[in-house]
Amino acid sequence: MANTRRSRDASKAKIEIETYPDYQIIRQPNPLQGAMKRVSEQGHDDPVARAEQALSDLSGEFEGWMQEECNRLAQAHAAIIKQGLNAETQAELFRAAHDIKGDAATFGYPIAAAAAESLCRILEHAPDVAKVPGDLIAHHVNAIQAIVREHRRFGVDSVAGELSRKLRGVADEFLAAVNKDRPDHLEVILAPSIIPAE
Amino acid sequence: MFGIDFNKLRFLICDDNAHMRRILRTLLHSFGAREAYEAEDGATALEMYIHYVPDILIIDWSMPIFDGLELTQMIRQPNGNGNPYTPIIMLTGHSDKRRVMMARDAGVTEFLAKPISAKALYQRIINVVVSPRPFIKTKNYFGPDRRRNTTNTYIGPERRQGGKAEVIQQQALLDKVKASS
Repeated sequence: MANTRRSRDASKAKIEIETYPDYQIIRQPNPLQGAMKRVSEQGHDDPVARAEQALSDLSGEFEGWMQEECNRLAQAHAAIIKQGLNAETQAELFRAAHDIKGDAATFGYPIAAAAAESLCRILEHAPDVAKVPGDLIAHHVNAIQAIVREHRRFGVDSVAGELSRKLRGVADEFLAAVNKDRPDHLEVILAPSIIPAE
Repeated sequence: MFGIDFNKLRFLICDDNAHMRRILRTLLHSFGAREAYEAEDGATALEMYIHYVPDILIIDWSMPIFDGLELTQMIRQPNGNGNPYTPIIMLTGHSDKRRVMMARDAGVTEFLAKPISAKALYQRIINVVVSPRPFIKTKNYFGPDRRRNTTNTYIGPERRQGGKAEVIQQQALLDKVKASS
């Protein structure tokens, strides 16, 4: 059905290849042109507003989801305490922290996301993760859990923000020290994001 | 003024996190999309990509089996089984310059850093639908043109040798896919 429609549309599109000595430029008529439509500038349809409303409708789930992410982080940390830091336990802790870094702000916990980012940086940029102090990892895991747990308490955001900034400062000091003989790597670590916010 | 008829687009979402997949599905459906398939690892995504022939892929970087970067490299094979020109939007928590460059050099079309917003996702989809870039094939790269800006003020070395082009017409790629399936 839909596959047939695609092939039929595509059959009209011919690819043009410009060949140069060391590269080719390949052009084809826009294969997604069929999905473009003219809309009135006075139209009231706003897909972004609709999507934001849908996300808002979904937000009742976010607290539970955030708790699940925290439980996963705690389990990954418990596995490290029990089995030690190896490739598998490290990868699971990184994935759990990385997911919180990516999801938490969407769920309404941006400070937890910042603390999780700090933990990700340690796990990603320490030249020998086995030598990362256990306390440094534990403080991050505990902080993320506390930030999420106490999220609803009035005035907690300023304390949580300060905690997150302190953790990031300690993590950056640690990374600067352990990477002092790798200036190129240090530059990569300290470089700001180049992704536009929107 | 142009808009997008989302119900004419087929999406493939690939993210190992079920919550993020739910958010993406919610956003795409509220934009108007009806067809949004989901995979939770790179291997499943590759199978679904060949089977469902999506118009747009939205993929995470960190995934089990093989990650989003490897998935992109597998898709960007000029003689592969699927459509190597499919737009790929990489949605990831990685946002440092080194990662962005790696994604670009693997053939990612658009890069979107988490946390996700409806506006940012919509804008990336608009970009790939309304302003597709030509593809470049070199000895070691196949993917969308990495030169987004055509500026006359560039003063670095010219890495493309240029010269007179030989222009040839080819059968549309999706026809080839159809013929080979």
